[in-house]
Amino acid sequence: MKKSFLFISCDEAKHICDKVQYGEATKWEIFKLRIRRCYCRITKNYNNKNIKLTEAIKDGKIDCLKSEERNRLKKQFEEELAKHE
Amino acid sequence: MPKHQINPNKWVELYSDYLFNYTITRVNDRAIAQDIISETFLAGLKSMKNFKGEASERTWLVSILKRKIIDYYRKKNSNKGQAEVRMNYNTNSDSDGDWLEERVSDPFDKTAEDTLVNTELGDAIYECLEKLPAKQAEVFKMKTILDYDTETICKELNITPSNLWVIIHRARTALAECMEDNWFK
Repeated sequence: MKKSFLFISCDEAKHICDKVQYGEATKWEIFKLRIRRCYCRITKNYNNKNIKLTEAIKDGKIDCLKSEERNRLKKQFEEELAKHE
Repeated sequence: MPKHQINPNKWVELYSDYLFNYTITRVNDRAIAQDIISETFLAGLKSMKNFKGEASERTWLVSILKRKIIDYYRKKNSNKGQAEVRMNYNTNSDSDGDWLEERVSDPFDKTAEDTLVNTELGDAIYECLEKLPAKQAEVFKMKTILDYDTETICKELNITPSNLWVIIHRARTALAECMEDNWFK
């Protein structure tokens, strides 16, 4: 099927919507997403939920270990574990 | 038979991020938070025989962690000795803020209650994150929490950008649903 340059599929809209959350969508993609949102309830719904999740993550101020920090912790603990066994 | 089993070999993999998030919101220093988690795991290892299996492993580790955080603050405060708290009045009569009303804290500023809600929200997100498959959770954390760019994640995990976006999409969909049930309702 020929891909429309303006009208996008629901899956593509969801993909763009995900990219928007990370500031990685282009202006053209955002424009196409906006058009799709006007007439597609599923896209609109997904977009709203996605925005809500992004806001919750921002408000929750969650944090996690970086890979190297986790590896260091793991190495330290494994040494202690070996002593313990 | 106890409801929950204990397996220290999986502790770092399963609980380190949750414990780190719990600690960093309370001590506000990455290095100190890591030290406290390390001490928590060690204390857990030493007192494994006390684990009755009534609560989950994570709950049990969090109870140890809470004591470690209290110990940290106790030590910190005792190091300070008799610290003095000084309050300076504004002696400069030309500037604003002479009136008491002008000195009270901004009511729209963050309150302790807001901070508590944020901490609870963070915990709720982590509850949902733990339900995700390990790979999805890892990619999501790297992309969303640690803010790594797509290229770095792809290189580190040996995946393609389209793979990454599929994983992100699945993780976000599952998280949004979980948060809808656990938090937004």
